[in-house]
Amino acid sequence: MTAKPKPQGEFYQRDRGRHPPALCPDYKTSVARSPRFSLISLQGSASEITGPAFGHDDVGPLDNDLIRNFATDADPVGERIIVHGRVLDENARPVPNTLVEVWQANAGGRYRHKNDRYLAAIDPNFGGCGRTLTDEDGYYFFRTIKPGAYPWRNGVNNWRPAHIHVSVFGTAFAQRLITQLYFEGDPLIPLCPIVQTIPDPEAIQQLVARLDMNASVPLDSLAYRFDIVLRGRRSTLFENRLEGN
Amino acid sequence: MTQTLPYLKETPSQTAGPYVHIGLAPGAAGFEIFERELGWDIAGPNAKGERIRVEGTVMDGMGSPVKDVLLEVWQANADGHYAHPEGGGEVEDGFRGWGRVISDFQTGEWAFETVKPGRVKARAAMLSRPSDEKRALMAPHLNLWIVARGINIGLNTRMYFDDEAAANAEDAVLNLIEWENRRATLIAKREDRAGQIVYRFDIRLQGENETVFFDI
Repeated sequence: MTAKPKPQGEFYQRDRGRHPPALCPDYKTSVARSPRFSLISLQGSASEITGPAFGHDDVGPLDNDLIRNFATDADPVGERIIVHGRVLDENARPVPNTLVEVWQANAGGRYRHKNDRYLAAIDPNFGGCGRTLTDEDGYYFFRTIKPGAYPWRNGVNNWRPAHIHVSVFGTAFAQRLITQLYFEGDPLIPLCPIVQTIPDPEAIQQLVARLDMNASVPLDSLAYRFDIVLRGRRSTLFENRLEGN
Repeated sequence: MTQTLPYLKETPSQTAGPYVHIGLAPGAAGFEIFERELGWDIAGPNAKGERIRVEGTVMDGMGSPVKDVLLEVWQANADGHYAHPEGGGEVEDGFRGWGRVISDFQTGEWAFETVKPGRVKARAAMLSRPSDEKRALMAPHLNLWIVARGINIGLNTRMYFDDEAAANAEDAVLNLIEWENRRATLIAKREDRAGQIVYRFDIRLQGENETVFFDI
């Protein structure tokens, strides 16, 4: 294993007011899948402050290029984009070498999944999943096709805004996070019952990637910037008697 | 004017949705894209300890199996060490301690194979004065994280082992659960199936015997 790290304390309490509650009746599937009892609060033990690590053996060279990683005879159809940003913690420190995984629909709003039967066509050259490790500065980037909006069964006419699902690990199981990236200016964002599970309008803005013209590639791809913030932790552990467990 | 604190805010969670498999288990979604899918080998070939299989379902509030669930496992090795710089000690070569499993789309049943973990130092023992022997070690357990369509933020729980009754009785986390009858929702049942050790662990998101979930 690596050198002994400097002692760090537990993670800051998760601000549940910025996350969706378990039960959101307008997102109908949550009704039967939401626990009714309160979560039991645990202060961090080794089980929570540790988590899996990934290395360059785990990812392939094309894994972060969704334009190329499934294509056989041509590039996929759709608007070419770069999605890039940094993974930081709540102390604004970069989270290096952490796994970022993404998945998404194609330009027509269709997923390559045996359970998706939306009438939009499958793109033979688009898989819709990718993964990468952040670098020493917490920086990551993907190249992909801008996903399309699609209808889903909730209300009779609900549509998901264009989005990319994002999964991030951090260094501890307590930081594990899955979220969704939306695109600046999409008029479907305020209409979406899944977006609206987040009670805080300002927190929703944190999921909206900004058009980033400086990072776009002229005559090739637009770019969107999406920074991800994982939980931070206190810098000391050896303090007074711990209560609880 | 007051000063501003320099902290950032955690990115809000959103549901993993029904197509989580595309990103995290593409083989199950129906296509092959990566050379290596992650999370299928939790313990690796060199791990010491008892080889076990864990199986179960996740049930919703109607008692129906959740057929599009994805679980992640995080566990210590047989010595109670996590594969992490703060994990308490060395682990075997190839022991990752992390796994990812999805349910069968028709039945909702899921299963994975691993080794039974050892006892991990409790929070009290992370201090320099482990004065209370009983509180120094937690009972063997697996840490689970559950996502699916309809789950807005991943649910954390733990699976304990029913053949560890003495350790369970003194486990600091189980004892933190005020309602003693709810502790049983975290304890898997062991059976010996022609030499294969299987632990059954059904998770109930809601309703009678709702599983205990943690804010970690």
